[in-house]
Amino acid sequence: MRIPCPHCGERGNEEFLYRGVAGLARPAANAPDTQWHDYVYLRDNPFGSHRELWQHVHGCRRWLVVTRDTHTHTIADVADVATPAP
Amino acid sequence: MTYSFWRVAREALRGNTGWKPAWRDPVPKEHYDVIVVGGGGHGLATAYYLAKLHGITNVAVLEKGWIGSGNAGRNTTIIRSNYLLPGNEVFYEHSMKLWEGLEQDLNFNTMVSQRGVLNIFHSDGERDAAARRGNSMRLHGADGELLDAAQVRAMVPLFDFDNARFPIKGGLLQRRGGTARHDAVVWGYARGADRRGVDIIQNCEVTGIRVEAGRVRGVETTRGYIAAGKVGLACAGNTSRVAALAGLRLPIESHVLQAFVSEAIKPLVHTVVTFGAGHFYISQSDKGGLVFGGDIDGYNSYAQRGSLPIVEDVAEACMALLPCTGRLRVLRSWGGIMDMSMDGSPIIDRTPVDGLYLNAGWCYGGFKATPASGWCFAHTIAHNEAHAIIAAMRLDRFATGAIIDEKGAGAQPNLH
Repeated sequence: MRIPCPHCGERGNEEFLYRGVAGLARPAANAPDTQWHDYVYLRDNPFGSHRELWQHVHGCRRWLVVTRDTHTHTIADVADVATPAP
Repeated sequence: MTYSFWRVAREALRGNTGWKPAWRDPVPKEHYDVIVVGGGGHGLATAYYLAKLHGITNVAVLEKGWIGSGNAGRNTTIIRSNYLLPGNEVFYEHSMKLWEGLEQDLNFNTMVSQRGVLNIFHSDGERDAAARRGNSMRLHGADGELLDAAQVRAMVPLFDFDNARFPIKGGLLQRRGGTARHDAVVWGYARGADRRGVDIIQNCEVTGIRVEAGRVRGVETTRGYIAAGKVGLACAGNTSRVAALAGLRLPIESHVLQAFVSEAIKPLVHTVVTFGAGHFYISQSDKGGLVFGGDIDGYNSYAQRGSLPIVEDVAEACMALLPCTGRLRVLRSWGGIMDMSMDGSPIIDRTPVDGLYLNAGWCYGGFKATPASGWCFAHTIAHNEAHAIIAAMRLDRFATGAIIDEKGAGAQPNLH
C-alpha cells in the first residue's frame, strides 16, 4: 500500500505510523465515564470507507487524515490535519 | 459412522466404497433454539458442546462461505497455554486440557502434536519476564520450564546463538504445547455436531438480526429468515459488521495478519519457537514446510491479504533467528482478518440484547482457544451466564476497568 503524502508525494506505508480512526470527539475532562468509555474503547470498525490518522514519521512528520477503503485499500483522499475540511 | 482401525481395514478390503459424507447438507428449518453465526472452529465447537454437554440439539451453524474457510484455515496451528494473567491462563489451560483429549472425544484425528512451545529470550530482563510468566503458568496448573542457553541449543542447534545483537540466553518451554491440524479440528467438530443433530448450513450469510423489544427473534439470511430462541456470534474478523446488524458497537478493530509456509525440507525445527527480539514464531509442518508468521500489518483491514513491508519484516526476523533458512523459498503467504480487541484479550459474554451472545476479540490467538472457546460459549448460551473459567472475559470490562491487558499496551488494538 502506498500513501500519497501531500507534502512528500507517494510513499510506501512502511514510512508511516498508524493511529486508528480520525475525528473521534474527545469528551470534556469532567464528562461521564460512559462517554469516556465510548471514546477510548468503542469503534465503528467499518467495512469500506474509513477516515484514519497516519503520521509520516519517516518523512515530513506531519499527521495526515487518510480516507481509505478497508477492503480494497484504495485511498480516496489524503489531507494534512491542519488543513480545514472543505 | 465411527472411525477406527477396523473401519479403515474393512474399507480397504471393500475398495473404500463404504465411506459416507461426514456431515449432512440440510435445508434450513424455520426455527432453531440456538443459531450460531460463523462456521469456523469456534462456532462449530460451540454447537458441538451445546449438543453434547447441554442437551440443546435444535441448533444451526450458519456460515457465509464454507466451514473453516476463514481464520480456521489461515492460522499457524499453534496450541499453548503460556499466558501470564489469571483471567487468561485459567481459560487457556482449560483449552489445553481439552486439546489433550480431543481426538478421543471427537473420534477424529486432529493431529494434536505436543512437540512443545519454546519462547526464546535474549537478555536478563527477558529472562526475568519469562521466569515470572512460567511461575504464573505453574501456579495455574500448567507446565513451564526455564531453560538455559545450553538446554535450548540441545533442542534447536541451528539457531543463531551468538548473534551479536540478540544472543540466545535461554527459553521458556511449555512441553505440552505444540500444534494441531487446523482443518481436522473444523471437520472433527462439524462431524461431531452433525452427529448430535446440529444443522451445518453453508453458503448462508446473515444479512440482518431481528430484535423486538430488546430481545433477539431470529436472523435474516441469504437463504431467508430463520427464527431463533438465542443467537451466538462467532464471526472473528467480521464481528463488528455482524454485531452492527443488532445495533451494537464493540471495542474491536479488524486487522490483517499474514502467515507463511516454506517449501518442504527435512526436519529442522522440532518444536514451536518464538523469537524474543521481534515478533516472529516458527514451526515445521508434518509435510516439512516451515510455518511462520509475525506482526499484524497494523492498520484496519478487511482484505484477506497483507502488504510487503511485513513480509520483509518477518523474513528479517527469520534470518536473525535461523540464518540457515536464507536460501529457502517461501511457498505461500496468506492473510486473515483478526478481531483485535482493545486490551488484546477475548470476549465471551452476553450482550445488551437479550438472547444475543458474543464470542469475539481473539486477536491472533484464536486457534489454540478453539475447544475452550466453544466449551465456554456453549455454557454461556445454555445458562445465560458466564462460566467461572471466563469470569474475566466480559464485554463490560472496558467500562468497569477490569481489562485483561496481557501486553500492557493499553487501548491500541494494533499493538496487541
